[in-house]
Amino acid sequence: MGDPLYANGVDLAVVLIVALKALVTFVFLLVSVLMMVWFERKVISDMQSRVGPDRAGPWGILQTLADGTKLFFKEDLLPEQADRKIFHLAPYLSAVPAFAAFAVVPIGGTISIAGHTTYLQLADPPVGVLFLLAMSSIAVYGVMLAGWSSGSKYPLLGSVRASAQMVSYEAAMGLSVAAAVLAAASLSTHDIVSSQSTWNWNLWALGGVPFVIYLIAATAETNRPPFDLVEAEQELVGGFHTEYAGIRFALFFLAEFMNTITVSAVAVTLFFGGPSGPHISFLPTLWPIVWFFSKLVCFLFAYVWFRATLPRFRYDQLMDLGWKRLIPLSLFWLLLIASLRVARDRAWNVYLVMGAAAAVFLIGYLTLNAALRVGQRLTDDEASGAADTSDIDSDVQAQKAGV
Amino acid sequence: MGYLDGFKVTFKQMFGPRVTNRYPDVKRPKPLRFHGRHVLNRYEDGMEKCIGCELCAGVCPARCIYVRGADNPPDAPVSPGERYGFVYEINYLRCIHCDLCVEACPTEAITESKLFEFSFTNRDDAIYTRDELLVDDEGMPRKQPWEDWRPGDEKHTSAWVRATSPSGAASYEGRPAWSGELGFGVRPPEQGQSDFEGAPAEPAAAEIAPPPTRDDKGG
Repeated sequence: MGDPLYANGVDLAVVLIVALKALVTFVFLLVSVLMMVWFERKVISDMQSRVGPDRAGPWGILQTLADGTKLFFKEDLLPEQADRKIFHLAPYLSAVPAFAAFAVVPIGGTISIAGHTTYLQLADPPVGVLFLLAMSSIAVYGVMLAGWSSGSKYPLLGSVRASAQMVSYEAAMGLSVAAAVLAAASLSTHDIVSSQSTWNWNLWALGGVPFVIYLIAATAETNRPPFDLVEAEQELVGGFHTEYAGIRFALFFLAEFMNTITVSAVAVTLFFGGPSGPHISFLPTLWPIVWFFSKLVCFLFAYVWFRATLPRFRYDQLMDLGWKRLIPLSLFWLLLIASLRVARDRAWNVYLVMGAAAAVFLIGYLTLNAALRVGQRLTDDEASGAADTSDIDSDVQAQKAGV
Repeated sequence: MGYLDGFKVTFKQMFGPRVTNRYPDVKRPKPLRFHGRHVLNRYEDGMEKCIGCELCAGVCPARCIYVRGADNPPDAPVSPGERYGFVYEINYLRCIHCDLCVEACPTEAITESKLFEFSFTNRDDAIYTRDELLVDDEGMPRKQPWEDWRPGDEKHTSAWVRATSPSGAASYEGRPAWSGELGFGVRPPEQGQSDFEGAPAEPAAAEIAPPPTRDDKGG
């Protein structure tokens, strides 16, 4: 398998085509970030009964360009305590993976340029999904190093929270992605897409749960509301990028929105059949791209909708949701899908497998809950033990009892 | 629906009305007592009302007014009184628009317009001098280059409560009334008190009564 572009060896035309595709992907991502920021600001102001940006260009569509130009010309501040090299490196560690991850997303079918047939995706490595996961892991370094190298405590706190959050949710995200990989029996994004037909998406084939987990985990992974406590402006003055200004801040900003677009595109690829859609004989190359972008825009709208609707999570709620709910559930679901596949291959009784799975789920759920209760009791004991030894607290309790 | 009710609310909002005022294009009518920048008024004959008494400077809590009075030159008097304000400066980086100077002024020389949109870019521009504050021959404030006006904005003037009757007109009923005039000419505040209904109409130039017994120019 793999891209048919390389089937007849690599010559100059092939290199040029790849360079062209890289350029198109890069420009497309930059433009889509501009559009995404504008789209988000417009939609969220609609949801908040406001008008939103409407000064720069028609409907304010050039607002992001104006903001970016402003950021570009602002002073690039370097804190005195900062670790210079890492401080300069961190924004790129954040932005480059966001670019790179999009490279493996198929945005259309195949096209022919100068006698060469190629996929409409920058690269189709056999380990595409692993590449995606790797890129999202590297992005954590950008956030972590940015906070650490700033030489200031608020960014440090922000980055510690950020890396904890991103690492936690990466586990759940990886497991839900693994479910999609199981369904396609391939790590190549192109194969995952072609294993899904027009309407028979992985979303249905996997029972929906991996998609929901992926959606939540991806929201947390990209630090978007309601999981944006990484850069909670009210609490952390912007989080890990507090000390950044000018073009370096713009890179973080860019990376954040690019990540949003990338995870949405990955969700479309893994669970919604990517560019697949009703076949229309008029302009057959165009329609897959249209389907892909329609699905993508639906996702982006959903992210904005989340932001407008949901209040921010508290840190312990975030960790509880990640470790005690999403990871066990996605682990269970992955095992269920795996066993169903094995059952199909070996012609086992499906109902028996389902029954066994339900029993395992019950046992697992009860065990987990028992463990959580023990942990909660230990925490409570600690808290009440501390209260007993404190004179002030017992005074307060006595007063309360008196009242 | 439970958890998902919120999504319905935000979605519905998208099709609801907008609460935003489209400010630079559409301006809301300003309140009656809106305090904008000051103007120095003149009488109908072009004489300045300011007599350089420095009461405004004395009462100013922000210390933003600087006045120096001088004797009127006998051959070319500036104000009908003995003295006139030959330096009059207001620093708008300090002014809090409390309107106390307007209340303190015995001759209604200083009043406030409803103009508030200035964006000066240096401190010299922020200090309005007498030439900039004085109304023009039509009795309207002079537009400075850094001020943003729409046509007609200059006709609005800040109303203020006046409980006294400086002109001593007999019809004064002892009731505080709105005095909403701008520009030259003393309009007796008592005017129309008996049929006073709410806010005063915009004073047309013709309505302004001639200055009573004050046309003896200079001292």
